Amino acid sequence: MPHFYLNDTEVLETALPPDLTVLDYLRERRRKCGTKEGCASGDCGACTVVVARLNDDGDLNYEAINSCIAFAGSLHASQLITVEDLQHEGQLHPAQQAMVDCHGSQCGFCTPGFVMSLFALWKNAAQLKDESTHASIERYLGGNLCRCTGYRPIVDAAEKLLATTVYADQFEQQKAQTIKNLSAISAQSDDNQYYRPADISELCEMRARLPQARIVAGATDLALEVTQKLARLDALIDVNTVADFNQCHIDGDHMVVGAGLSLSDFADAIKPVFPDVASLMLRFGSQQVRNRGTVGGNIANASPIGDLPPVLIALNATLVLQSSRGIRELSIEDFFLDYRKTALKEDEVVRAVRVPMHGGFDQAPQLKVYKISKRLDDDISAVCAVFSVVMSGDKIEQISSAFGGMAAIPRRASALEKICRGQTLNEALIKKGGEALERDFQPISDVRASAHYRRRVAGNLLYRLADELTGTTSA
Amino acid sequence: MIGESNAHDSAHKHVNGEALYVDDLAAQFQPFYVAIGGSEIACGEITAIDLDAVRSADGVIDVVTVADIPGHSDIGPVFPGDPLMVDREIEFHGQAIFAVLASSQQQARAAVRLARIDYRESDPVLDIETAMQREYYVRPPYRIARGEVQQALDDAAIRLDSQFSVGGQEHFYLEGQVALAIAGEDGAVTVHSSNQNPTEAQKLVAEVLALPMNAVVVETRRMGGGFGGKETQASACCCLAALFAVRNRKAVVCRLSRGDDMRMTGKRHGFLNRYEAACDGQGLLTGVRYVLAGQCGNSPDLSDAIVDRAMLHCDNAYYIPDVDITGLRCKTNTVSNTAFRGFGGPQGLIAAEALMDELAFALQQDPLDVRKRNFYAANGRDVTPYQQSVETKTLPLLVDQLEQSSDYRARRDAIRQFNANSTYHKKGIALTPVKFGISFTAIHLNQAGAIVHLYTDGSVHLNHGGTEMGQGLFIKVAQVVAAELGVAVEAVRVSATRTDKVPNTSPTAASSGTDLNGMAARAACRVLKQRLADHAARVFDCDASELVFDRDGIRAAKGQLSWPELANSAWMARVSLSANGYYRTPDIHFDRESGCGRPFYYYANGAAVSEVELDTLTGECRVLRADILHDVGQSINPAVDIGQIEGGYIQGLGWLTSEELKWDDSGRLLSDGPATYKIPAIGDTPPVFNVALLEDSPNAEATVYRSKAVGEPPLMLATSAWCAIRDAIAAVDNYQTFPRLNAPATPEEILRCIDSLRDR
Repeated sequence: MPHFYLNDTEVLETALPPDLTVLDYLRERRRKCGTKEGCASGDCGACTVVVARLNDDGDLNYEAINSCIAFAGSLHASQLITVEDLQHEGQLHPAQQAMVDCHGSQCGFCTPGFVMSLFALWKNAAQLKDESTHASIERYLGGNLCRCTGYRPIVDAAEKLLATTVYADQFEQQKAQTIKNLSAISAQSDDNQYYRPADISELCEMRARLPQARIVAGATDLALEVTQKLARLDALIDVNTVADFNQCHIDGDHMVVGAGLSLSDFADAIKPVFPDVASLMLRFGSQQVRNRGTVGGNIANASPIGDLPPVLIALNATLVLQSSRGIRELSIEDFFLDYRKTALKEDEVVRAVRVPMHGGFDQAPQLKVYKISKRLDDDISAVCAVFSVVMSGDKIEQISSAFGGMAAIPRRASALEKICRGQTLNEALIKKGGEALERDFQPISDVRASAHYRRRVAGNLLYRLADELTGTTSA
Repeated sequence: MIGESNAHDSAHKHVNGEALYVDDLAAQFQPFYVAIGGSEIACGEITAIDLDAVRSADGVIDVVTVADIPGHSDIGPVFPGDPLMVDREIEFHGQAIFAVLASSQQQARAAVRLARIDYRESDPVLDIETAMQREYYVRPPYRIARGEVQQALDDAAIRLDSQFSVGGQEHFYLEGQVALAIAGEDGAVTVHSSNQNPTEAQKLVAEVLALPMNAVVVETRRMGGGFGGKETQASACCCLAALFAVRNRKAVVCRLSRGDDMRMTGKRHGFLNRYEAACDGQGLLTGVRYVLAGQCGNSPDLSDAIVDRAMLHCDNAYYIPDVDITGLRCKTNTVSNTAFRGFGGPQGLIAAEALMDELAFALQQDPLDVRKRNFYAANGRDVTPYQQSVETKTLPLLVDQLEQSSDYRARRDAIRQFNANSTYHKKGIALTPVKFGISFTAIHLNQAGAIVHLYTDGSVHLNHGGTEMGQGLFIKVAQVVAAELGVAVEAVRVSATRTDKVPNTSPTAASSGTDLNGMAARAACRVLKQRLADHAARVFDCDASELVFDRDGIRAAKGQLSWPELANSAWMARVSLSANGYYRTPDIHFDRESGCGRPFYYYANGAAVSEVELDTLTGECRVLRADILHDVGQSINPAVDIGQIEGGYIQGLGWLTSEELKWDDSGRLLSDGPATYKIPAIGDTPPVFNVALLEDSPNAEATVYRSKAVGEPPLMLATSAWCAIRDAIAAVDNYQTFPRLNAPATPEEILRCIDSLRDR
């Protein structure tokens, strides 16, 4: 029973299958076909819609999401805005008009998705302070593929749109009403096998009671089981309504990150402490995926190529796991057992991640994160290398390092750490470090890269690391 | 009007979601859905097939195999070899064996997975080298030769012998293959298809259903991208949808999932290119022997013409006195490769550019100087290997302008300086030209028809045989019609391409859309306008030549009529207000036997300068700047033309850098989705991207408003980026070794190439 607003129409759905995607809901159940399916895997952005939700300040957040990998149940207590809704009283929205004016569409199939990402960009323009306009545009549009234009006219459209500041669109005009509408919807309300626990104890209770139900937060990975593997998910427990699940706070010398924190919000939270991690986050999926995907999801699905686990291993983070039996803390590197296998018990959930502010060292380390992939935007790492290092002159006092993409699980580079600790960082050490990495990892060849390339890059990245830490060589 | 940057005819509908694509249209019919069951092996035979579980699955209405096809089962476009569903023999992984009709998409796709099929597997041939060794071809080799190449090689001052591979490319049109079929009266069927080639789909649907062509209508309003991938590859969905529609008397959609689309439909041909080149002491080519081997996949499809076009473009812009070109059509147990923007031309052209780079390296000269020295030129150096003479003024002029505007020389010096001071990051730059032949090499395809109706309210309806896939054909032809009749372009409505309006059309391909259909529409307008002028001359009792047509209507000394008045008055006087137009490209011919002729009406020209920066530790690469100057003759719509140029460059950049097709050892495609196959994203567009049209350059041939075709040629501008990457790699050992780079130059390939220099 998601209870939500389809633009300004109140909708109460009572009989939707829990695994129905927002895209299929729009196209098949509502016959709203403006939103397109390009890939059904969240990789092309053609299906982008915008979801407005109440934030903690009682204001509205407008977020672009991939409707092909979001479940309709997740629309509860939100306003869903699609490309058909932007035109108002016969006038195109500025996000649409800019695309027309700049010749931003050719075949037009990706265009609704671009328009919605542009709309989200424009709606969030006030929050785009500390990055260049171009960086904002790439951040918001990096998850929308266009095969026709080469993007230049779309970038022009985005620039033109961002210059359109004095304009209150219909959403702005009706904002008070929308806030009132959404506030009136109760946060919890389980329906047809789609559960919305209110707090952690209810979540744990449901986890124990409904072992067949899958936990869902952003669904950016889980939904692929439905759209790509054609699995049916009979019951879902949505953690987005769990109180405090998406909170992030400082607890003594730890940063405590709620498992339900979106990757976008995590990027903002981590930026002051570890700016390199925030930079990595820009290359983590796309804006649509970062808006929905969560820290806990990236850990719990235990993919060998998730980009957060190597960061968290290198920072010596721990996981807070909870069940109705209680809470336990586990070092994150002990969490990953084997390919897609974790130490999570059947009745447990990942509640939070505890990140030591100094990465477990006695002083703030330099954190270096290198993601190597075929494409800059929205690509999966061939290798993700993370180094947390405390230097004293040219000497490595302390080092913690982990890699993704190099083994069946994200893993610590123990041999490398041992070789480097207390040593002077020079050519000889880099060579020895490269050999140590050969002992640490026996990567495989797959569609993204060969084992040889992975090994070669891992070793070479030590040169980049040395260059950045000691500044001895030029760019 | 001509030369005005009108917005795309559907721009407004694109941005507000009202533009209907086939799957959107289908929603109005409550259709049933098709899913295709494909082979799980790449090569072998079916020994047993059990579809009982499929038939009894939830929602399943009908299941068909080859035995259920009433007519032809082979839908090969030129030669046989493409069964709609296989009988026994399997030639690639994913090849269609059966198809299912169900109440929902999900049910159809789920049912397909319940099939139990046993196979007897054979070893597949998966690469060009193996096919070459076994002389395993889908069509016989073909050779074009002139003079004594061996003599030239023996006498050469500098002699080169190199081989490199060029990867294929997935079209990745954002809208996948889709068709909607609706059964009509008397066994007839209408198919809405995302299709560059409605006439061929009509013919094949008719053949499969054993119907006359007049019982089948195929309609294409628009495609969400085509790029050649819907020239022949759209037919299978049409045929299956039509087969089910007629069998079950229901509206039926056949829409491939992205994964099925990538596995089951053809792609750009990968090539293995070898050149042996001879040049004199001055760096002039004296002879080249090329062997261009294309990976055709399992069937001929269009491969004969594609490999031919590669052969006809391996000269690119350079005169080769003695030349010997062999084109091989290698058969592999992979999906049959097909048309893709450039149609083999890019794979041939890149061989010429690799050769120029290597020659410049041997001479230790700026590659641009070597290129310019070898350009086709007036003094008897203007004849292609196939004996067509080349207009030799435009390209050198264009390249000179670009060299200046891009500041090529100074930037090249600055890059050398940068590289000398940078340990891990290296930059490179290259300027490469494009000369691309315009016309279908299958001469009979160079024809088109159009109809123009004037209604009594003065509105104009235009229909022609070309299809709209985003390239702006509809607006360009509407501009032609508006200009011819004198009406406002807004007064011209272009309707969906339909085989019952303009019959027997050619595919919208070979960059020919505007050239052919624009001329056909112009011819129709001229007929119609003549009738109107004759009528008005009678009304105003004057000579037709004294009349002036404009957007307000018609004016004579004695008075004027608005368009509605004129149309109504002509109708009342029983003047036909509907006209057909027809066009065939003049003066083209090609004798494949001798390899001689004039296959191309003219050449489109362009050039690009790309500057790249590499991280030599990882092979990561970025294009920092691209400057393009392109010759579109007299542009009908500069915004549309620039859109084609920019989009072509970026699509070519993807082909040559990040887009990598990978199969496993059993022949299964691994890169079968956007998560693993990476087309350029917004961050790949060069931060500095200067694109201009060559000014004052009307087409020397009498094309529509002296414009030039623009669809395919710009893709090859991206060759400059590939050459720039090589230039940057060469800096790793201070330009001592020629880097043997393959395409795509992925980070892994770049690092491999760098390591090959370091290991020396």
